[in-house]
Amino acid sequence: MLRQVEGSKAVADAVAACQPEVICAYPISPQTHIVEGLSQLVKDGTLPNCEFINVESEFAAMSVAIGSSATGARTYTATASQGLLYMVEAVYNASGLGLPIVMTVANRAIGGPINIWNDHSDSMSQRDSGWLQLYAENNQEAVDLHIQAFRIAEEMSMPVMVCMDGFILTHAYEQVDIPTTDEVKAFLPPFVPRQHLDPAEPVSIGAMVGPESFMEVKYLAHQRMIDSAAKVQEVAKDFEAHFGRKTGGLLRSYRTEGAETIVLALGSIIGTLKDVIDELQLDGKSIGVVGLTSFRPFPYESVAAALKGAKRVIILEKAFSTGTGGIVTQDVARAIEGMGIKDFTVIAGLGGRPITISSLRNYLTNAMAENIDRLTFLDLEIDTVEVEINKERAQR
Amino acid sequence: MFQVRIHGRGGQGVVTAAELLAVAVFDGGKHAQAFPSFGSERTGAPVVAYCRISDHEIRAREPIMEPDVLIIQDASLIKQIDVFAGLQPRGYVIINSAETAEELQLADKIKVPHSLAILPATELALTHLGRPVPNAVLLGAFSALTGVVPLEAVASAINEKFKPKIAAGNVAAATAAYEYVMNQVATHA
Repeated sequence: MLRQVEGSKAVADAVAACQPEVICAYPISPQTHIVEGLSQLVKDGTLPNCEFINVESEFAAMSVAIGSSATGARTYTATASQGLLYMVEAVYNASGLGLPIVMTVANRAIGGPINIWNDHSDSMSQRDSGWLQLYAENNQEAVDLHIQAFRIAEEMSMPVMVCMDGFILTHAYEQVDIPTTDEVKAFLPPFVPRQHLDPAEPVSIGAMVGPESFMEVKYLAHQRMIDSAAKVQEVAKDFEAHFGRKTGGLLRSYRTEGAETIVLALGSIIGTLKDVIDELQLDGKSIGVVGLTSFRPFPYESVAAALKGAKRVIILEKAFSTGTGGIVTQDVARAIEGMGIKDFTVIAGLGGRPITISSLRNYLTNAMAENIDRLTFLDLEIDTVEVEINKERAQR
Repeated sequence: MFQVRIHGRGGQGVVTAAELLAVAVFDGGKHAQAFPSFGSERTGAPVVAYCRISDHEIRAREPIMEPDVLIIQDASLIKQIDVFAGLQPRGYVIINSAETAEELQLADKIKVPHSLAILPATELALTHLGRPVPNAVLLGAFSALTGVVPLEAVASAINEKFKPKIAAGNVAAATAAYEYVMNQVATHA
């Protein structure tokens, strides 16, 4: 049913429609409303077969998720920022053990300095954790990705992070079509675990693996991640067949046909970019945008196909590797190697800095003339930082 | 696209006002996007929330910098921050105050437009609701001044959001605000 609803509430209802059996989470802004919504649904009896477990920390949340998923229960949790960092040890174990947990990351900056606002540093820090990472463009896609995530996770026996921009999406009220439990049931079959803990038929999950086999286990994880790209596509197609919406998948192109310049970005900024692209095209500019939904698995072939024929790609990122630059850029550069496409990176929106249409328009106008540096920090107060840099260098 | 920016203080229901407006617009078949300014909300601290209204899908997510409508839930903010920043030349202004435009020294801040409504929303809330929460009340004024949403849509959004007793008080106060502004507009015309 189409409703005007807060993003967090929409996601809570979508997760509930997937009928999880265990939800465990520790509150942290901007994720809190999601688990508040779910705890209410468990309390009021909407989810009779679901146990909501209050835990003392994010580390405990992921540990409980690992335990419940290992018994064969459909398991969900959510976190953000410092909360995600606090659970990291268990995050790697969840993927290492092949447990199909679905977790929302309500993207938020990492301290210090402490900052509660949106960027992608938290989920990007888990790039190599072995989890799939899907990024939502808007709240409709956030809802749809959660439903798709359970199916991808369970069919691949891999955990999936659904990343949605904190505050910008979680706290935005917009219209969202939230499928009913019955509609989701027709799309998402009951969870049949690859293996599970059962006292009647005991198995060990997570036994120590020595040097003779560890490489092979990790190689299998590598191959499984590569294979998951096809599953992400397949599930998105089937979702479209069931619900009539083209959401999820590996990436989506917008007005890129014949475009000389293509912007590649993740998450909610894609919407703003589409408005900017429309304006620039009206001025006769040759520019389009590729929204990357799946960062892990990274769809090398799809990215190469989507950028083919362009002269340059601008990768807009809400996180970066200190002293290096773009994180997504590294993968995009590899995807387009030898294709004669120049890559540029713009780091934007760190710690919740608004990314405005006028800043994007100015930057992209310069970018189309290649009147930009290889790496740009959008709207950086350059005078302020230069004074500080000079001062620090003098004191060293 | 029609853009609304709401200024108030923590505890006055600024974010809820944007939400109610979005629901009222949605019920009327249009698209709306409401979002807060994502500060660390504390009681009494300045808070901003936004609502975009459109016949089409709304994709942009930047803060509203050039609003068509300003709703100021606490007139003491006018002296504290530049609430009028970016206001469209023919924009609407709705202020919760028992004072006049002259007393508020609005002429120093803006060209006092004919599309201005000043109303004692807190007093109306106290009378009809028994609590000094002016957010929903001001949406009645918004309906009267802009005509963008009918009062009935505001009332049904209030009824969806609140429990019956609180909803009834808010609807009565919003209706009183609607009539107050309609009378003001009629007087000016």
